[in-house]
Amino acid sequence: MTDHPETEVPMAAPDERPRWLDSKANVTKVAWALYIVCAIAVLFDFVIHRHGDTGFDETFGFYAAYGFVGSVLLVLVARHILRRIVMRPEDYYDD
Amino acid sequence: MIDFPPGLLLILGALPVPFLRGWLRGIWMLALPVAAFALLYSLPDGNHFQIAAFGQELELLRVDALSRVFGYVFIIAIFLGVIYSLHVRAVEEHVSGLIYAGAAIGAVFVGDLVSLFVYWELTAIASVFLILARRTPEALAASMRYLIIQVGSGVLLLAGLIVRWHETGSIEFGHIGIDGAGGVLILLAFGIKAAFPLLHNWLQDAYPQATPTGTVLLSAFTTKLAIYALARGYAGTEELIWIGVTMTAFPIFFAVIENDLRKVLAYSLNNQLGFMVVGVGIGTELALNGAAAHAFTHIIYKSLLFMSMGAVLHRVGTTLATELGGLYKTMPFTTVFCIIGGASISAFPLFSGFVSKSMILSAAAHEGYYFTWLVLLFASAGVFHHSGIKIPFFAFFAHDSGKRPKEAPLNMLIAMGLASILCIGIGVWPSALYAILPFEVDFVPYTDSHVLSQVQLLFFSALAFTVLMRTGLYPPELRCTNLDTDWLYRRVGRAVLRNITKTAGAIQARFYGAVNRRGQRFLVQLYRHHGPHGVLARTWPTGSMVLWVALLLFAYLFLYFIDIF
Repeated sequence: MTDHPETEVPMAAPDERPRWLDSKANVTKVAWALYIVCAIAVLFDFVIHRHGDTGFDETFGFYAAYGFVGSVLLVLVARHILRRIVMRPEDYYDD
Repeated sequence: MIDFPPGLLLILGALPVPFLRGWLRGIWMLALPVAAFALLYSLPDGNHFQIAAFGQELELLRVDALSRVFGYVFIIAIFLGVIYSLHVRAVEEHVSGLIYAGAAIGAVFVGDLVSLFVYWELTAIASVFLILARRTPEALAASMRYLIIQVGSGVLLLAGLIVRWHETGSIEFGHIGIDGAGGVLILLAFGIKAAFPLLHNWLQDAYPQATPTGTVLLSAFTTKLAIYALARGYAGTEELIWIGVTMTAFPIFFAVIENDLRKVLAYSLNNQLGFMVVGVGIGTELALNGAAAHAFTHIIYKSLLFMSMGAVLHRVGTTLATELGGLYKTMPFTTVFCIIGGASISAFPLFSGFVSKSMILSAAAHEGYYFTWLVLLFASAGVFHHSGIKIPFFAFFAHDSGKRPKEAPLNMLIAMGLASILCIGIGVWPSALYAILPFEVDFVPYTDSHVLSQVQLLFFSALAFTVLMRTGLYPPELRCTNLDTDWLYRRVGRAVLRNITKTAGAIQARFYGAVNRRGQRFLVQLYRHHGPHGVLARTWPTGSMVLWVALLLFAYLFLYFIDIF
């Protein structure tokens, strides 16, 4: 899968100026911003009246819970079940 | 303007490309899709180009609302693809790319199954060169597997159309359905190209092996041609809903654990096709509009995502997540374009995926397919997870790989920029897209309820990713091979073949061994009795002869006397 690029890939200079995202504290800030946005998004359920087709999607927090639980299940099933079944060494098909 | 098939224009226009050099070649290749677009725009609906052959009419230019949508987006895709690959010197990529696009566009505008078959096979043959041009042994092997499966799909189509011709006496390409054997065979042919579950793996096998520019074109045409064909021939076939639902759900699990980011995109392409197949299966006006609209937006944002990963491949030489990270520092534009593609495929409000995918979801809910609707919703959260977050995150952020590649070449940036403008433009002003859909659109994507639901779904999916990342529960990227159905032919099939050769060889060896041994034993016996030392070849001394004669006479005498007494 690895091609030789046209030229050698340049590497970071030792005296490179660190970026804002390089600091762990700032990454935590981004995470907190997301937590707050999520909380606000759920609270909007009080403001906006939903008119769903299915009936059950009008429940408070349905989409939030479904999105969160669905994604966690997706990742955990993929990691702990699917990987166990299908993962092989990288050179599996090589002769 | 003259009534000429736009697909044929691209195919014929590809022929002089090898003789053109430098900027002249570039201008010529850019002019072809522009001319095709103008040609299509000027054509009114109807049948414009017929040839009589073997007692049937071949219709090479049937223009109607459904074919027009796909025609326009295919032309946009080849236009963006040409810009994206302007820096490529290898002429075979340009020629095969144009012929491939021309064949796909040609196929969309035919009105009979025989002409469809011809273009169907031409897309297979022209596109294989986009994989071969990578010039690696893996690409060669993958391209041959791809070609066999693609041509196989064409053979099924041919068989199906012959059976159908026999059944109905017509080769017209209209609604087909699965009532007859011919219809089932044709559905199978379409299903291979549409990457139905268990028929899908050629896609994930071959697309990541193509050149950076080749994959962009591959992602646009083959599978969406199949979606067009399904919409034309099998609208409202309920079985397609179940097939589509399966397609949306299972590839995302593979996408989560896959290390090669272009393969992740191939899995998510498969998932997006599932949404369209569900739309075709539901078959209402809203659902078919949704399928066509989703194909339109999907071609553009999927190209954009493959372009961004192609730029990474071009500059870094790999798209393995384990080798990447921190590229945003030196490839900021590519990063932004990739995020726009990710937001579009995830159907964020104001991005193109939102205005098309919500039509399919609404159609499913309207018709009372609640289970289908729930799976589609799960798949929507999942696609954000691996295409919206995983792709940009592991390539451009995550742990810093220390690599500082140059920003993508200018032509790549222009192509990505144009695709990004289209993604946002369609998302913000969907009415232009809705105007060209096959049926009258009576659908409002931007209602409070729709927007809020989607925002909650996506933000909480992002929340799940963040929580899993920060708690270390997210699966680490690993260099590995993940088995899929290609295991059946790359491992089991090979082992079976090897065993057959081995067993046949052993039987042959035993047979010849037995024949040999018998023959040798016969020769040994012959030699023993008739050879120089054999009993029958001995020379006898006269004395012993006389002695034996005397003994015989004596025995005779003796017996004679016994008899007397």
